[in-house]
Amino acid sequence: MKLPDLDYIRPGTLQETIDLLVAYEGEAKLVAGGQSLMPMLAFRLLAPKILIDISRLPGLNAIDIGPDGVRLGALTTWRDIERHAALKTAHPLLAAAIAHVAHYQIRNRGTVGGSLAHSDPASEFPALVTTCDADVVVHGAGGERVVKGSEFVLGAMTTSLEPDEMITGIRFPAWPAARRWGFEEFARRRGDFAMAAAVVFYDLDAGGRAADPHIGIIGEPERAVRLAAVEDLLTGRVIDRDVIAEARAIGEQAAQTSDDIHTPAKYRKALIGTMIERALMTAAGLELRPVAA
Amino acid sequence: MTIVQNTPLVGTSLERLEDERFLSGRGQYVADVRKAGMLHAAILRSSVAHGRIVRIGLDAARALPGIHAIVTAADIPQPIPRIPLRLVPLPEFAPYHQPVIASAKVRYVGEPIAVVVADSRALAEDAIDLIEIEIDNLPPIGDRDVDASGSFLFEETGTNIALRYHTASGDPDGAFATADYTRRETFQIQRHTAAPMETRGLMAQWDESGPTLKLYGAAKVPYFNRRALAAMMNLPETSLELIEVDVGGGFGVRGEFYPEDYLIPFAARLVGKPVSWIEDRREHLMATNHSRDVGATVEIACTKDGTITGLRGEVFGDMGAYIRTNGGVVPTAAGMFLQGPYRIANVDITVLALMTNKTPVGTYRGPGRFEANFFRERLLDMAAADLGIDPAEFRRINLIREDELPYSIGKRAPHLPDAVYDTGDYHAAFERCLTEIDWTGKAAVQGRLIDGRYHGVGIASFVESGGAGPKETSRFVLEKDGMVTIAVGSSMLGQGLETTFSQIASDALNIPVSAFRIDHGSTARLADGLGSYHGRSIIVGGSAVLDGAEKFRTAVIEAAANLLGRPNAELRFENGAVVSDAGASISLSQIAASRRPDDGLLSVDGIFLVNKPTYSYGTHAAYVAVDPDTGRVEVLDYVAVEDVGRAINPMIVSGQAIGALVQGLGGVFLDHLIYDEQCQLLTASFADYLMPTATDFPSLRSVALELRLSPTNPLGAKSAGEGGMVPVAAAVGNAVGAALQSCGAQPRTLPLSPSKVWSLIHEPAATAP
Ligand SMILES: Cc1cc2nc3c(=O)[nH]c(=O)nc-3n(C[C@H](O)[C@H](O)[C@H](O)COP(=O)(O)OP(=O)(O)OC[C@H]3O[C@@H](n4cnc5c(N)ncnc54)[C@H](O)[C@@H]3O)c2cc1C
Repeated sequence: MKLPDLDYIRPGTLQETIDLLVAYEGEAKLVAGGQSLMPMLAFRLLAPKILIDISRLPGLNAIDIGPDGVRLGALTTWRDIERHAALKTAHPLLAAAIAHVAHYQIRNRGTVGGSLAHSDPASEFPALVTTCDADVVVHGAGGERVVKGSEFVLGAMTTSLEPDEMITGIRFPAWPAARRWGFEEFARRRGDFAMAAAVVFYDLDAGGRAADPHIGIIGEPERAVRLAAVEDLLTGRVIDRDVIAEARAIGEQAAQTSDDIHTPAKYRKALIGTMIERALMTAAGLELRPVAA
Repeated sequence: MTIVQNTPLVGTSLERLEDERFLSGRGQYVADVRKAGMLHAAILRSSVAHGRIVRIGLDAARALPGIHAIVTAADIPQPIPRIPLRLVPLPEFAPYHQPVIASAKVRYVGEPIAVVVADSRALAEDAIDLIEIEIDNLPPIGDRDVDASGSFLFEETGTNIALRYHTASGDPDGAFATADYTRRETFQIQRHTAAPMETRGLMAQWDESGPTLKLYGAAKVPYFNRRALAAMMNLPETSLELIEVDVGGGFGVRGEFYPEDYLIPFAARLVGKPVSWIEDRREHLMATNHSRDVGATVEIACTKDGTITGLRGEVFGDMGAYIRTNGGVVPTAAGMFLQGPYRIANVDITVLALMTNKTPVGTYRGPGRFEANFFRERLLDMAAADLGIDPAEFRRINLIREDELPYSIGKRAPHLPDAVYDTGDYHAAFERCLTEIDWTGKAAVQGRLIDGRYHGVGIASFVESGGAGPKETSRFVLEKDGMVTIAVGSSMLGQGLETTFSQIASDALNIPVSAFRIDHGSTARLADGLGSYHGRSIIVGGSAVLDGAEKFRTAVIEAAANLLGRPNAELRFENGAVVSDAGASISLSQIAASRRPDDGLLSVDGIFLVNKPTYSYGTHAAYVAVDPDTGRVEVLDYVAVEDVGRAINPMIVSGQAIGALVQGLGGVFLDHLIYDEQCQLLTASFADYLMPTATDFPSLRSVALELRLSPTNPLGAKSAGEGGMVPVAAAVGNAVGAALQSCGAQPRTLPLSPSKVWSLIHEPAATAP
């Protein structure tokens, strides 16, 4: 479990980085926090010719809160998010979900860009990007392009990034203060990758009914997905216990799960239902039973 | 210099003397041992569970710059040395000893096939990637029905059952034939292991001029390993020095003789340079001993009023592909401890050791006991429920009373004498535990759905042996500066022995702990030592220190008598000096300084001989809440009560118990070495092999009692390192069973992972036996 021999370079600017990506034609790997990449190298699952260290590229670790929403630079770490007081009101869901990511050491280094590019199907951040309709800002040889969050992650550890591209930022749409939301996750131990999680939010119309509900789940083998069937159910409904019970049942049915060594598919389906139920309960303020993650 | 030590230290929670070194980063682990010109080894391990080696192509790997040697079976003197058994060396195991390297066949994923020695570990791994290896696959043997397929790990034996024996006491058949009530159940504890924080490692340095070999990284049983290695390398023992540096945990797996313990010295001799091998975590999970993986079918016979009249058990241990140094300890101990602390007149035990294409099994803290207690205590709770008797009352009826001790359970294995429980008040420890957990008060929550979770309390009692003989030695040396070095045959694995041995010596000689230096660093210091396992270091090693201290006092007085010109009878050793009735005094430093060069240092040997184990005992109680929707079990409270005879250092005893509890809870909920049907190990990293972390089980309590001294040793100590571990699965299993009584769910297998618990609740048909 020692890395094979490889080259290392730390470019000073975004343009230099892109030039290197172009020059190495897919044989280079960006390294940000290194928390996912280094284990892959140590296990010799990847053998790039060169590592391009982007961790000190200027201007990519800002958290900007504005009327349009929240913009995270790609190099924003979990710790940056955790420590950002204003984010707790500007995007309370983001702050709450990130609290479930990994352990101190990893949180100090791991970045949002790295997480999204790595796109582990059990990780929290891609689920937020998908569920919140965030935009992913990408730079490549051809300049900047913006990818819709729901279209960025294609499958387990595959994204729509081209070999000459890197993520520079993620933009979350503005978050109305009155929005109802909940995040529930189940993992074997604190900080482990999720076995299942639910990301939910909706706004309330004048009649106290759910408007534009977003229901995202972690637990499918390829990537986090939104469950349209549950969203359709909730749209225009007063979120009470009965509706939540229905949402749980429909969510459980809609989720496509598979077996892994720790999680039989059937159990994971039920778990997804439970996470949806609990997240909706929190959102509706019906019951606040904390569930340790 | 006068040094005064008045209050006894044994029994006090002296801070650990070794901690300053560790906490300030001055610990020296084997990976810290670096020598000029040192090379690095990596090992090519089989990726196939069962197969015949057809070809090993080394050309490409050899051509890589920076590669110094590649060793395969072809380079090792024939016949390829095989690793001897240290414990339970039954003749039945002879065909199954592990060769130090695979030659014709591979029998588990992880078996060494080649050793590459290179300028760096990374280069050595590059070379491994270039070795071409062709293996003809054979059908792997993985499940309990080992002889069903006709594929044999060792064709010459014609079976994959290495051992089967049967022992009985009383008239079990009669007891079952006439019983009011019987119940039979099958249980299984999953394969898991210790996985200490520091993986194994070795640094071997060959010196042709001796010739001598220095091997750093020894632990647990360095003297046995020296003997074994000397025989394999065809060298006198005195040519070998095994050096013990600091270790990051042992728990049974570290320090046993593994293939690398031969291969790395062999490689160092071959290349004539120091060679370091530091196991990585992936290797560790497939190369270091696995453990547990014992199942049993157990049957109980009772009268209507709850008196147990008979117990039958068939215990099957999955040994993996070879019988390693620990022989049959794991399943044998499971058979041995199946009866536990209960009065059962009629017992029938069969033990089977099964060979499979998995990593070989060895001991892990509480070997066989963790398993046996789970099997028995689960069955006891089921029987109590059937009979309508409170589980605590059921145990009260059957726990051995003090007036029945010593209590012999008879001969429980062909290689062992009768097991005789020595001293204790099993009922007192039991009642203490019930009080601590508030058993009576908890009746109100038992099995109830509270806050959306089912609550339950479970109890489990145990008896546990420790303090294996036959001997341990110590050597007291008065150094030139007046310090006293105590060389010990025990091994330091994190149990705080530097502290506790110093406490024992300090009390015996009435001088402060700062006057001693505990030396466990090298096999050069003593003729022999048995090492640290079976909870023996304080009991046997500590008693050898006590004996050495007494002899040291005599020797010092003798030396002073010559110097002072007074007869021995007029002299006393007091406050670090020998004083005469007349008031003359000579300190240890003065005695040391007065020795002539050809006298050498003043030195005496202590020894302690013992042929009986100690029996500690106790009861654990667990209070849990089970979330029926997720299957998560939260341990709300946990109490471990054990009579340790005498706690030399209560803080250390408590630390050992808490650590053992966490490990035990890991074994209940998390740790699991999972194989697929091809006997591929699926849990070869910490991403998949889950261990408890510091935050997982915050609510643990340990109560160490000193109710009855052990009669086997002058300290009165019983083992204290394993009692925190052995009934954990039993207590938690019972608590979960109690919590889920309304669903009729009965935990019979571990781990109690969320998915397992969930399916116990939601898929009763799928989880029924
Ligand atoms: C023990 C452990 C537990 C963990 N638990 C969790 C968890 O519970 N939840 C969770 O979400 N994560 C978890 N992680 C992963 C962690 O959050 C990582 O930090 C994160 O997934 C990757 O971020 P990084 O900056 O370290 O990326 P790196 O490891 O540096 O890179 C990962 C990949 O992304 C690419 N990359 C990095 N930055 C960019 C960029 N700006 N543009 C394009 N490509 C880029 C790299 O080339 C590489 O392929 C865990 C990790 C560990 C080691």
